[in-house]
Amino acid sequence: MKINSKYVQGMAALALLASMNACKPKDAGSVVSGDAAAKVYVAPGKYDEYYNFVSGGFSGQLSVYGLPSGRLLRVIPVFSVDPEKGWGYSEETKPMLNTSHGNVPWDDLHHVSMSQTNGEIDGRWVFANGNNTPRVARIDLKTFRTAEILELPNSGGNHSSPFITENSEYIVAGTRFSIPPDDKNGDVPINTYKENFKGTISFISVDKTSGNMDVAFQLQGPGVNFDLSHAGKGKSNGWFFFSTYNTEQANTLLEVNASKRDKDFIMAVNWKMAEKLIKEGKGRKQAVKYASNRFDESTHTATSTIKNQVTVLDIRDFPGLVYMIPCPKSPHGCDVDPTGEYIVGSGKLAALIPVFSFDKIQKAIADKAFDGEYDGIPVIKYEAALYGEVKKPGLGPLHTEFDDKGNAYTSMFVSSEVVKWNVKDLKVLDRVPTYYSVGHLMIPGGDSKKPTGKYLVAYNKITKDRYLPTGPELSQSAQLYDISGDKMQLLLDFPTIGEPHYAQGVAADVIKNNSTKFFKIEENKHPYVAKGEKEAKVWREGNKVHINMTLMRSHLTPDNIEGVRVGDEVYFHTTNLEQDWDVPHGFAVKGALNAELLVMPGETTTLKWIPLKAGMYPMYCTDFCSALHQEMSGYVRVSPAGSNVPISFSTGTNTPKPDNAAVQGAAAKK
Amino acid sequence: MKKLLSLSIITLIIVAAASCGGSSDSEKTTEATTESTASTDSGNPSYDPHRGEGKFTSVDLSPTLDVAKAELGNQVSQVKCSSCHKLTDEKLVGPGWAGVTTRRKPEWIMNFITNTDVMIDKDPEVQAQLELCLVRMPNQNLSDEDARNLLEFMRQNDGVK
Repeated sequence: MKINSKYVQGMAALALLASMNACKPKDAGSVVSGDAAAKVYVAPGKYDEYYNFVSGGFSGQLSVYGLPSGRLLRVIPVFSVDPEKGWGYSEETKPMLNTSHGNVPWDDLHHVSMSQTNGEIDGRWVFANGNNTPRVARIDLKTFRTAEILELPNSGGNHSSPFITENSEYIVAGTRFSIPPDDKNGDVPINTYKENFKGTISFISVDKTSGNMDVAFQLQGPGVNFDLSHAGKGKSNGWFFFSTYNTEQANTLLEVNASKRDKDFIMAVNWKMAEKLIKEGKGRKQAVKYASNRFDESTHTATSTIKNQVTVLDIRDFPGLVYMIPCPKSPHGCDVDPTGEYIVGSGKLAALIPVFSFDKIQKAIADKAFDGEYDGIPVIKYEAALYGEVKKPGLGPLHTEFDDKGNAYTSMFVSSEVVKWNVKDLKVLDRVPTYYSVGHLMIPGGDSKKPTGKYLVAYNKITKDRYLPTGPELSQSAQLYDISGDKMQLLLDFPTIGEPHYAQGVAADVIKNNSTKFFKIEENKHPYVAKGEKEAKVWREGNKVHINMTLMRSHLTPDNIEGVRVGDEVYFHTTNLEQDWDVPHGFAVKGALNAELLVMPGETTTLKWIPLKAGMYPMYCTDFCSALHQEMSGYVRVSPAGSNVPISFSTGTNTPKPDNAAVQGAAAKK
Repeated sequence: MKKLLSLSIITLIIVAAASCGGSSDSEKTTEATTESTASTDSGNPSYDPHRGEGKFTSVDLSPTLDVAKAELGNQVSQVKCSSCHKLTDEKLVGPGWAGVTTRRKPEWIMNFITNTDVMIDKDPEVQAQLELCLVRMPNQNLSDEDARNLLEFMRQNDGVK
């Protein structure tokens, strides 16, 4: 509903602007200049200059694009099952989607943060949030696969996440929806929000070597909505800034009731102090339940562990830990410039952009330049924290990214444009239209200490007439701009998956040489690996039948299997024996209430299948692997429950016996 | 089978002819040349059909078998080779291994199993083989040591004691 109303507003504003300002371009033809095609052309066989990791929104996945071409390189399954890759269907990946609620096969992936070292993107991991059932995922950029998913307790919707500190010490997760804490009775009237609901921010530690995440501690604050955040950097390293809305603490019709106050807050958190308090043993141990899911690359298998405790610091108990900075009208983006001095709060309903100064905030704290308290938290006087305001930037400012020349770029949702302004003098320098209703922006490195200055991508919410019609729904559209000159230049439109929210980008060189090409078969520690066809076998354990199978261009071993009975739990443990780049094999069996497997070279992956009817079941490789791919197949014979057909298996030897063809179980073993 | 046999004969002739011409091993450097561009021209003067192309220029073979190496080679072959190659002269996915160490120089074998893609694109014999098998031999990413052990295992298979 909210999007709809914004959309209507947006369209109305657009119409108004177009009618008021005849200089505004009326169609794309007038804004794309002659050399745009050359600037985005990446010749066949050549590589793009940047990787662009883009949230897949309600698809739950992470997409990877090349820039400047806008070519889709990969969709990485994260929070949602992906039958194409067997993600969430193979026995090894099912635990990744486990939560305290059970298996949750979907989520809403909004924001991405790449790991940083000294404030620069280091290309090791991408973190992403699950907004619905609060989770944070870590994607390994050697394998481009999801390596870990951590659930968050005391959280009602993980939106303000997963923003990262400049040495990847912590990523944060601020709850969008406040709720009663997990150890309290949540069965209370909804209109007791003010007394029973709390807003929680999780600080998630990241192990320097393995990348493993844990909930280090949580801050418990007033019941408000945490929207977005960014860590301080450089001089402001040690602080974290969160935008808040619904400081009215409404629990119904937020569209109206959470938009009443003239100002909400940017919440400034001294996380170094929080870290010190935790080291001193402060905080309350709270009983909770949350899942920690990790994928082990040596066994090619994920494990889900339910954890039971978290340490909580109640903000009001620790003066100096948190301050509130008034920020006009439901701030959305909360962005820190490359120097760490300027904090930009984008009040999405405001007609200006306030820019706060870290030095002034520190001085205001020292001088106690406060304007009362909010739920026991000191509120710094607006003017005491303010560096200045960008006047009349446009309508509906949402998000700000930075370039390498001291400029900021803010998306304007309602007026559908990107506005470039100078961080020092706060003067608007340029504006370009987007098509339409832009949300997030991304400049490679644009929220780090070292932004680039060549490209900006706008991720739009409404596509409308930009592509050939495809029924009522169209792919969301992204737009690439050249920002190397004084004036921004539109270069390219490209479609995205789901709804893109935040994105990150980095020079290809930071990542491409570290990419895994295959898994070494010698290092495969999967309990059911078959290292060579001699180790392929089939055996029965009660009603379970295990099949250790090898895949190699272009046959399955074994490819004739008999002795399976109706109702058996059959496990195909398939090992791809290939040791070369880009030679996955697929595996599927008729009637499986499941998906295919896609098995990387050197990997072992398992498909579970419970045959429900006696008969003959073909199985085959699904990923075209060689000229004899169509031959890469086999049969499983399924006999009725209680049948005495013995287990047998073979490849290449189970040929007709003319003298005694009808004998059951005649298949010779290898 | 007939085709395969005749191919082997041709190969033997070529190998024999080459050995008459003397070895050119001493002229070669040990530098890998895997970066050079692929050429299907069998008359490509930069390609040595006896040595193949890759990092191995000369392999010292003892007249007797190194049993330990051969056993290690056997283990590697179980994991990475035996899905497609039998130890007899029977073709499975690729040709059987029987007699390979008499048909090919040791350098050629070691280069082919470690620099597979380049040699499939350049070696006329391999290209002829591809027309029969229709499956490009995969690069199984063998270490140098694996490759040497495999060679020893192939020698054992061919009767070296």
